[in-house]
Amino acid sequence: MNEQATGGGAVALATSAAAASISVHGLTKRYGEVEAVRGIDFEVAPGEIFGFLGPNGAGKSTTISMLCTLVKPSSGSATVAGFDVNRQRDAVRRNIGLVFQDTTLDTYLTAEQNMRLHAELYGVERDLVEPRMRQVLEMVGLWDRRHSAVATFSGGMKRRLEIARGLMHSPRVLFLDEPTVGLDPQTRSSIWTYIQELKAAEDITIFLTTHYMDEAEYCQRIAIMDKGVIVVLDTPDALKASVGHDRVTLETDDDNAAIAAIAEHFQITAQVSQGAVIFGVASGEHFVPRLFAELGVPIRSVSVARPSLDDVFMSYTGTTIRDAEASASEQRRAATAAFRRSR
Amino acid sequence: MAASTSTETVRPGARGPLPVAAVHVPASSLRGDLRAIKIVWKRELIRFSKDKLRMITSLVQPFLFLFVLGTGLSRLASAGTHGVDLRTFVYPGVLCMAVLFTAMFSAASLVWDREFGFLREMMVAPVRRSSLVLGKCFGGATVACFQGIIVLCLAGLVGVPYAPVLILEIFVLQLILAFTITAFGVMVAARIKQIQSFMAVTQMVMMPMYFLSGAIFPVSGLPQWLTILNRLDPMTYAVDPMRRLVFNHLRISAAARRALDPGVTWWGWHVPTLLEAGVVAAIGMVCLGVAIVEFSGRE
Repeated sequence: MNEQATGGGAVALATSAAAASISVHGLTKRYGEVEAVRGIDFEVAPGEIFGFLGPNGAGKSTTISMLCTLVKPSSGSATVAGFDVNRQRDAVRRNIGLVFQDTTLDTYLTAEQNMRLHAELYGVERDLVEPRMRQVLEMVGLWDRRHSAVATFSGGMKRRLEIARGLMHSPRVLFLDEPTVGLDPQTRSSIWTYIQELKAAEDITIFLTTHYMDEAEYCQRIAIMDKGVIVVLDTPDALKASVGHDRVTLETDDDNAAIAAIAEHFQITAQVSQGAVIFGVASGEHFVPRLFAELGVPIRSVSVARPSLDDVFMSYTGTTIRDAEASASEQRRAATAAFRRSR
Repeated sequence: MAASTSTETVRPGARGPLPVAAVHVPASSLRGDLRAIKIVWKRELIRFSKDKLRMITSLVQPFLFLFVLGTGLSRLASAGTHGVDLRTFVYPGVLCMAVLFTAMFSAASLVWDREFGFLREMMVAPVRRSSLVLGKCFGGATVACFQGIIVLCLAGLVGVPYAPVLILEIFVLQLILAFTITAFGVMVAARIKQIQSFMAVTQMVMMPMYFLSGAIFPVSGLPQWLTILNRLDPMTYAVDPMRRLVFNHLRISAAARRALDPGVTWWGWHVPTLLEAGVVAAIGMVCLGVAIVEFSGRE
């Protein structure tokens, strides 16, 4: 801890950083002309599950790499578990667990050998290696398979093993970069069960990135990232509320008459999409009775939907996450090429 | 061990199997780095022991040289060897070859580790990069030595006696060679991202190194260009002393000794065995140093 107290300013910084588990100020990363992360600020509270949501190429992985001390920021600062990612790299590394997008297991070794190797590299006290390994492997349901070579594991088992390994040294912050990418839906949901059990069992902050909208719902707070900046940061519910309206979908006998009637009676602009009339309204369930009473066009069906995170993403970035991915893929290729060159 | 028991490595109340066996990662220390070196070394051995196929395939080339080339050419060469079996003559070189190939292959695993992601697990660990590089080099050297021992077991088949002193001397020499080659391979692997490129580069380096080293011909009376290349080849300084050690234990004529084991000279000066071993070790240390710098600079 004495590494922190190096002067008045540093002490003040350390104190505010101690309150937050992750604290980021003006963090920027450039690869040549490509600016992958463009000056982001946020804080993550201890014990929080915090998610970075955004399309591929938005800068999520670059941000996580900077927080994990794998990539040096071009400018800005960040502390993780109270330690500066630039000046206290080893201290940061001792206090974080990492699960990458791509597997980093030695598939020739058994699950147990991988765990022990990790424990040795992190200097876990010898007496504690066995009980800790048992605990984390049991948590992800792999204790019985500990003597099997990792090469025989399925994709989901490997990911679970990596999560267990990331927890082996009791990190204060666990980073999960796209923890469920490439897994089938059933495995994805079981990974989430483990993450939530973990959250209940240990005093740990979880920072993850995802480009699956439905998974972002599991986070306590979400930062939506697009083109290297954080466009909005809040709880999933608040984000959805901020969109401000529910989506009403109508099937009518005469769509054009219905649109005209909606404009005339309620001053709402509706549009036809996929054979149905769609419009947004503040409180959908209270609006529907008025609709029936006043519309004057026969209605065949009506449905009201709460805004999803897709709607949130759409309302803040003006595009759907799928379209964003398509346009980002070109930019990403440029960034990756620049990254390769810089290595 | 004493240090670990006295520090507060367990949070209060965290003992017991459940709910949390919380561990605390200690600050960087020499002990931590030694543990890292040991586990990286051990991993090489585990992987090698699981790879039976590799053990066998890496012996194919030495066998070809020793028994096929050695036997086949011995009929042509009998006039020049003064009654010494050609296989006995090439044996030290073949031993070095087995070590060379195995050590290089061990270093190649670093490129595999990068391709399959495992390198990242090691690179993010809170230990010095030098520990990882050292562990890798020791591991590769141990594995290569093991391969060398298998070839050593064949000594009797080519007329080399199983003298304990000889075996010990050869063992030490091949350990130095194995370490140097692994360090060289690791140095190259630090720069190369694809396994195909690494294999191409090592093939390009290994074959000339082997052929120029005097493993299959005596190093005196060569044309000048070949003499220069021979003296520049690090392998020369492993093959030559190894051959001298073997010939020390053979009963052969002085003429044969002069013809087959002339010794390496620098501008007419006979380089002593210990200095030759020192040259090999020094090259290894330089490669190791460069490898450590290269890996430490990486993020």
